[in-house]
Amino acid sequence: MGLNSGLTEEQITLRETVRRFAEEVIRPKVKELDEKEEFSYDITRQMAEMGFLGAFLPEEYGGSSLDYVSYIIVVEELARIDGSQAATVAAHNSLGIGPLYYFGNSEQKKKYLPELASGKLWGFGLTEPEAGSDAGNTKTKAVRDGNDWILNGSKIFITNASTDITLGSTILAVTGEKEGGKKEFTCFLVENGTKGYTAKKMTGKMMWRSSNTSELVLEDCRVPSENILGKVGDGFKQMLATLDNGRLSIAAMGLGLAQGAFDYALKYSKERKTFGHPISTYQINAFKLADVDMGIELARNYLYEICRRLDRGEKITKESAICKLYCSELAHMAANHCVQLLGGYGLMKEYDAERYYRDQKLLEIGEGTSEIQRLVISRAIGCYDV
Amino acid sequence: MNILVCISRVPDTTTRILVGGDGVSIDTQGVKFIVNPYDEYAIEEGLRLREKNGGTVTAICVGPDAAKEQLRTALAMGVDKAVLVKTDKYFDSYFAAKNIAEVSKEMKPDIILLGRQSIDFDSFQVPSYLAELLELPSVSVVSKLTIEGNKVIAERDVEGGKEILETELPCIISAQKGLNEPRYPKLPDIMKAKSKPIEEKQPVEVEPKVSVIGMEIPSRKRIGKILADTDADIEEIVKSLHEEAKII
Repeated sequence: MGLNSGLTEEQITLRETVRRFAEEVIRPKVKELDEKEEFSYDITRQMAEMGFLGAFLPEEYGGSSLDYVSYIIVVEELARIDGSQAATVAAHNSLGIGPLYYFGNSEQKKKYLPELASGKLWGFGLTEPEAGSDAGNTKTKAVRDGNDWILNGSKIFITNASTDITLGSTILAVTGEKEGGKKEFTCFLVENGTKGYTAKKMTGKMMWRSSNTSELVLEDCRVPSENILGKVGDGFKQMLATLDNGRLSIAAMGLGLAQGAFDYALKYSKERKTFGHPISTYQINAFKLADVDMGIELARNYLYEICRRLDRGEKITKESAICKLYCSELAHMAANHCVQLLGGYGLMKEYDAERYYRDQKLLEIGEGTSEIQRLVISRAIGCYDV
Repeated sequence: MNILVCISRVPDTTTRILVGGDGVSIDTQGVKFIVNPYDEYAIEEGLRLREKNGGTVTAICVGPDAAKEQLRTALAMGVDKAVLVKTDKYFDSYFAAKNIAEVSKEMKPDIILLGRQSIDFDSFQVPSYLAELLELPSVSVVSKLTIEGNKVIAERDVEGGKEILETELPCIISAQKGLNEPRYPKLPDIMKAKSKPIEEKQPVEVEPKVSVIGMEIPSRKRIGKILADTDADIEEIVKSLHEEAKII
């Protein structure tokens, strides 16, 4: 099928441009940033200039006005070189801008989106120390006080939330109880610098070491009701819809990482000789590469197809779960084979295989674990409706 | 300022080139084509001149329909419009130059920019042909360009130093690496490139002055042999010099 099968001329040019940018601007810095666990303001600024940060936003907000396939190609090509930079872009677009653009009112959009398309970042505060897959167990609370709301609680593992260029984050909080005892959730837009709100960088990560991951604490944090996203009580629905789309960008990260690891492994295997022959000519190795290539072909075609369906406005809950699950597990296999093919070198930091191996692991955990994706799929096919 | 930039469609630098069945052309099956890298400097210089002086940048390419892809890249970088002189036949540098000259006579550009060479045939001929056909001054392999009013100052790298030349607009400048740092097309511009016009023209047919009569892939470099410096290997070296290399 090839890399660009079925793509438009612009999508092909876009892929080539992003690939070149990633190779020339990002690749030379990847190792050092990973080693130092450092977020790069310089690369982020350049990515903003390229239009990566407002990828699918319309021009009226300063965005690049991309269709979803094009946006996914951007993430895929970045992830092929560096998961961290891809994470900054994917989280910002899908989780930062996504909820604001889809559920914000026109004042909120005008206030935040132009800046978010041109260099500032926004986070999505969902996960808590005791509420990951079990988002219903969210403890952060918001209590009404006149025209304001008082927020208390904490969030964890929030991408892009504590850089010097972060404007704020969308925070999911419990605002009451619905009839029948179910919790009522609402999303609040909380700006960095708001009194009672602290966003702190988390360090010591195994993977995506040059992306920003944060811990958020809300202590009697007062926000006006204008900062409610959509309506009171819409929070859970908004969160689920955001994750439906967000899964596609995580899938793109898996696909890109798999492609990067595959390209690296194939090149190495054709050059490295054992017993007098390139190791790619031994079937035990060749078949590993064949398996990864097969996975990449299938993953790319399915993912792009689901993006096209999203562009047409179709509901893609099950399909996006399939994309995310399949691409994450593909990235796992590709990185694992890549390390194995490199042998001892695969274990050394000097070679990219080691970083691919660490970076892939997040994909099976973040934005819904593989277990949760299987739950989404099995629910959608009616396994529990008996 | 009316700026004309000539670009050519060439195989990607990383492509493995194979000779086609006819023995006089390359096998284009599976070959990825790009904008000639030296032409990217010409495009960038054209855009910078427009940013400074205003005006229009037009990109022109002589080539097959598929060369629209390279013109779109130029448009995405910021070129205003594009002209494709469409031909599917083999053509030489003279044919390309003649057709660019024809368009140029209508357009009357203040400056024509192009790469110092196309990395496919490496003929280095188009800038000189153009200068002759249009009776314009031309400076080749330029690594720095300054234009003030009608005065053009061009720097060239020469063995061990620099040569500084002066001429006047209109003129032809061929770009060397280092002239500038070509920009990446920005995402919104890639999307907008679609709506910019590419004008198609029929070529003026002229007989090629040069024809390719044969193409060969260079023979693979002899693979070196590394031997450790033990006594046992000395005998082996003597043996291989005698039996394999046959020089002793």
